[in-house]
Amino acid sequence: MAIEGFVALYIFMLAAFTGFEVISRVPVILHTPLMSGSNFVHGIVVVGAMVVLGHAETAAEQVVGFIAVVLAAGNAVGGYVVTERMLEMFKSKDEKKKGAQE
Amino acid sequence: MNFIVQTSYLLAAVLFILGLKAMSSPKTARRGIVWAGVGMVLATLVTFVHPAVHGVTNYTLIIIAIAVSGVLAWWSGRRVAMTGMPQMVALYNGMGGGAAAAIAAVEMLRALRTLPEDLQTQAQALAESAGLSLAAAEAALLAEGAEPASIATALGGDVAILGILGALIGTVAFSGSLVAWAKLDGRMQRNRLVPGQQFVNVAVFALAVLFGVMTYFTDSLAVVVAFFAFGLLFGVFMAVPIGGADMPVVISLFNALTGLAVGFEGYVLGNPAMIIAGTVVGAAGTLLTQLMAKAMNRSLANVLFSGFGAAPQSSAEGPEGEMKDVSPEDAGYMLAYAERVVIVPGYGMAVAQAQHKIWELVELLQDKGVEVKFAIHPVAGRMPGHMNVLLAEAGVPYDMIFDMEDINEEFATTDVAVVIGANDVVNPAAEEEPDSPIYGMPILKVKDAENVLVIKRGRGAGFSGVENKLFFADNTRMVFGDGQKVAAGMVQAVKNL
Repeated sequence: MAIEGFVALYIFMLAAFTGFEVISRVPVILHTPLMSGSNFVHGIVVVGAMVVLGHAETAAEQVVGFIAVVLAAGNAVGGYVVTERMLEMFKSKDEKKKGAQE
Repeated sequence: MNFIVQTSYLLAAVLFILGLKAMSSPKTARRGIVWAGVGMVLATLVTFVHPAVHGVTNYTLIIIAIAVSGVLAWWSGRRVAMTGMPQMVALYNGMGGGAAAAIAAVEMLRALRTLPEDLQTQAQALAESAGLSLAAAEAALLAEGAEPASIATALGGDVAILGILGALIGTVAFSGSLVAWAKLDGRMQRNRLVPGQQFVNVAVFALAVLFGVMTYFTDSLAVVVAFFAFGLLFGVFMAVPIGGADMPVVISLFNALTGLAVGFEGYVLGNPAMIIAGTVVGAAGTLLTQLMAKAMNRSLANVLFSGFGAAPQSSAEGPEGEMKDVSPEDAGYMLAYAERVVIVPGYGMAVAQAQHKIWELVELLQDKGVEVKFAIHPVAGRMPGHMNVLLAEAGVPYDMIFDMEDINEEFATTDVAVVIGANDVVNPAAEEEPDSPIYGMPILKVKDAENVLVIKRGRGAGFSGVENKLFFADNTRMVFGDGQKVAAGMVQAVKNL
């Protein structure tokens, strides 16, 4: 179940570099959608919330676990909706205009 | 974890990274969110067969929670106007931070529940085999180096440390984001909750850390509860003094913090998808936060601790002179006879939803042979790129939109600069008055233009509460009114020529 300490450190390090790489060449025009997009991505917390509610044994654990799932699902769903709405601006009818931006 | 779950989590992590990558280019951005969405659905569905999940009640609770919260979030996200996006991002982000903290809370509750059993079982076994009393057996075990019962012994030292860190970061991001949301949504105006806010903040932070350390060594629920309470309190206290103009930077910071918290709790649960996605967001968000702070020429520390925009400015040293206003029609004629026009949009344009009318005006001006450009300040609006999103929505092509660095030298050769709903980002005080709270922030050099038109709803100060000398300058004309109505008036005037 647990990931061995040093392997976890490698994962943390590589993921951090990936994060820096991904955002390092972003045009300003995409900053807001990207912020919203990364907000959606940490909505993955929903799987952790499901697991802790799923292995809850006492009423107290169930209550806190339920709160966790509610909050996490809101993060994931809401994050997706607002990001998608922002990105609708980049419809293909602008494709020819985008050429100038590149 | 079984093979199917592991494989799906791996696939989800890959889809998240590819999705974020795609989101960093306008061409592929829309594809990006879909990929990330597919990853999320896959990870969520497969978690239903996660070996740790059991019990009919728990399954029911999970489904209810996801359904209710999902519908509410979907509805609120659909309903919100484009101008309200920043605070919605803050709100959803805060929920993610709260979820990470709640995960840590459940794991700590479990640890506390199993704790007494560990040492007790050993002591009981020893008592029976060696014929000691229970208390004596327990004392003997402790003397032998068995550790006293604590969250650390139950979870393991490394898991406990990351779990506590994640909980602290998550609670702060949760309550802080809620304050940011309330401020941007106009539900909260206060900048101080208690006298001597700065010192109180330091004290509350110290207490939160202290209780975090105590949580590591404790077997008492009260300590854990106090730890979470101080974390929540610090998030509120930290966000309250921050002025509205700095909110985008702070929301971005909380976004990065939530990512980090999710990554840490992923380690607690042994969940690689959470570790990877959370850490990627933590790093990307940190970089974005730095870019934003740099755009304002301020260090992050300055944003967080200066309480900029908190104190209302004394109007005693307000600019001299008076504002000269013109009608929208006159403003329209002025533009029609200009050769070079630069438009500077700000948050006011977003509030008035004036971007479509402005684009209509620009198209008319272009037909008349006027050269029009848009100038975007890095922190115009409430988030970086806020204005770009609105202009793109109205159909303005990219090649007409320029960043501050690219256009600042051109104001000197501009006939008319039109400022619509922007204030602080064109305030000359940032360059000229060392004691101004916005001193040092790079600004758009609008004042260099031959004529300046400022479209503004009323005569009040800007978002940071600072008076703007530009409005009183000789070459400035104010056009008071709602941005959309003013733009419509200008369109009419140009059409009639």
